[in-house]
Amino acid sequence: MDSASCRILICAGTGCQAGGSAQIYARMCQLAQTVDHVSIEYGAEIAHSPHTVHIHKSGCHGFCEIGPLMRIEPQGISYMKVSLSDCEEIFERTVKNGELIHRLLYVEDGKEYVHQEEIPFYQKQTRLVLKNCGHIDAESVAESVAYGGYQSLAKAIFHMSREEVIQNILDSNLRGRGGGGFVVGKKWKQVASQKELTRYVVCNGDEGDPGAFMDCSIMEGDPHKMIEGMVIAAYAVGAKEGYIYVRAEYPLAVKRLKIAIVQAEEVGLLGDNILGTDFCFHLHINRGAGAFVCGEGSALTASIEGKRGMPRVKPPRTVEQGLFAKPTVLNNVETFANVPMIIENGAQWYRSIGPENSPGTKAFALTGSIKNTGLIEVPMGTSLREVIFDIGGGIRGSAGFKAVQIGGPSGGCISDKDLNLSLDFDTLKQRGAMIGSGGLVVMDQNTCMVEVARFFMDFTQRESCGKCAPCREGTKRMLEILKRIVAGEGEMHDLQKLRDLADMISNTALCGLGKSASLPVISTLNAFADEYLEHIQDKKCRAGVCQQLKKYKIDPGACKGCSKCARHCPVQAISGELKSPFTIDQEKCIKCGACLTNCSFNAIHIE
Amino acid sequence: MLDRSYYQKTDEIMENYPKEESALIPIIQDVQEEYHYLPPELLEYIAKKIGITETKAYSVASFYVNFSFEPKGKYVIKICDGTACHVRSSIPVLQRLYKELGLTPEKNTTEDMLFTVETVYCLGACGLAPALTVNDVVHPAMTPEKAAALIQELRGAEHDKV
Repeated sequence: MDSASCRILICAGTGCQAGGSAQIYARMCQLAQTVDHVSIEYGAEIAHSPHTVHIHKSGCHGFCEIGPLMRIEPQGISYMKVSLSDCEEIFERTVKNGELIHRLLYVEDGKEYVHQEEIPFYQKQTRLVLKNCGHIDAESVAESVAYGGYQSLAKAIFHMSREEVIQNILDSNLRGRGGGGFVVGKKWKQVASQKELTRYVVCNGDEGDPGAFMDCSIMEGDPHKMIEGMVIAAYAVGAKEGYIYVRAEYPLAVKRLKIAIVQAEEVGLLGDNILGTDFCFHLHINRGAGAFVCGEGSALTASIEGKRGMPRVKPPRTVEQGLFAKPTVLNNVETFANVPMIIENGAQWYRSIGPENSPGTKAFALTGSIKNTGLIEVPMGTSLREVIFDIGGGIRGSAGFKAVQIGGPSGGCISDKDLNLSLDFDTLKQRGAMIGSGGLVVMDQNTCMVEVARFFMDFTQRESCGKCAPCREGTKRMLEILKRIVAGEGEMHDLQKLRDLADMISNTALCGLGKSASLPVISTLNAFADEYLEHIQDKKCRAGVCQQLKKYKIDPGACKGCSKCARHCPVQAISGELKSPFTIDQEKCIKCGACLTNCSFNAIHIE
Repeated sequence: MLDRSYYQKTDEIMENYPKEESALIPIIQDVQEEYHYLPPELLEYIAKKIGITETKAYSVASFYVNFSFEPKGKYVIKICDGTACHVRSSIPVLQRLYKELGLTPEKNTTEDMLFTVETVYCLGACGLAPALTVNDVVHPAMTPEKAAALIQELRGAEHDKV
């Protein structure tokens, strides 16, 4: 290989950084300096000057499972699970001599993959929003522009009226990717038609759903795409100020966005007189402070205003009185990232992807007990089965598929009966689940569905802002019941109580958080009723997860009668004679597990 | 009473923001980043400067879980208990950390002010579940054993300094 035109992209997404990609980046830079005829150019020189190795930090490639990832251009060689000790060899063999290092390539079913695009995980996806993630330097506006960034903004400003832009988005039938699936063009149109002329564009980058990180990856991997969408929105509705509200748990996203804003301002794509016109738009970043409810529109704007993040009664809606009581376009990260390609390719093109009522693609964070965890993007309408088994590679380990949780605390659990469901807003809603922001957590047979319901209820109960009684008190009562059931103290009438409370809360709560709080419970009650019954009637947890339902037993064959377990039992539940098998009194046992950890002969088992 | 330097630092931070209500959260975030917690004296000082009541400032700061009025340890360990981490057994890791450090959900900072253990919902590193962060550095694929080893390592690093 001729090192003259070599580009090395090292994934600096949260996942790969955790695997040490920052050190790998530093090491590669260091190695490049030791070679005479190679100089490093940091930053975004796209035109390759001779004898130059460009080393870049890219955003998330999506396939977190096999990180840290390194991509070597122009050949497109993808190395996986790269470690610091591999750097020298990569530099000597691949960068200088063009040789492949086979052990660093991805292998599946005996086949070796040199190029990332050929790996089955990527083959079955349609990456539009995530197209540039992992392929460009996320800290360079020039690189973004070289890959087509801000072309749509120029097209909108110079060739389209504000009304045309809104009509285009309306015609595309783009629906908000944050969960609700509201038609984006409608929102924009409503804001544009308000009498009040001070308007805001706000991006919701709060992504509070546990198990979801696609917005994080877009902000980290291709921040300009989302910013471009925001600027187009501002042009369309006549806004001069915008805010990005990002979770505080995403420090890298905050850093990348800050860099992106400064750079975009420097080259006149943001700030005063954008592209030399009299259109001005300024962007600010607000970090969230750890309140899930701030993902809700009116709570989010309250938080930016410096208040407690509590939702308010609607109407007036955010489009009429949002941030600082002015008309506000509020969309999430992925929604804004869809905007540039709709402007670029037209509404008709966009509608040709996915089903009629939910066009376009959706990014999902695929996690849990699955082989290929990571960030994926598929056309709306793809089935869960395709996502989990074709792209995700099926279940990790031997325990077998049990359920997939979609949409976080506002969504539900789907069992194998419904795996052929089409992933779109309307189908899932009919099944009592929700796309939400797009977290897909796959669960195997080692997961207790009652415990999962308790987990989500614990989450919502803690995150309830406390303003309305149904959510504040209702979720608390539901949690108490679920706690009793997982502790083996549930009674049959508890099941009806759960349903009654769920009905009451979803009908009377003030905001979306409360209204959807009981979905995880109801969906597990519907799909996994037998597990609830086992917990209540048989005092049994088939997954062996619920602590209080575990039974510790001593295998008389393996027990040497050393008495170590009895000496460590804090409640004297174990008795026996030295050198004969000991026994555990189940009545006295508090299931602390001290006997198990202290047994030297592996003689204690959990039933 | 806090040392004067605390107020000077706070003044420096406040120079980056307008003196209005909407700046409260970013300012106290910066102050907390500096000291690992939010000294109540400084919250009152900031409230006065931006023209809001102390009560109002407290009502905001106490609403958000990220603000703490209690000093935190030098190493803040955030263990993720988001769904992905939860189903890949994050709780045993948390229990092991508690055991290693003699902490409980109620008492989450060690006496020597070295460690604070907190649970958070989702760090966005779900692909590497279960994950935890030590002062924002992500440690992936944790097990109770790895967590114990990590504590030993951090303690060792402290010991070497002395």
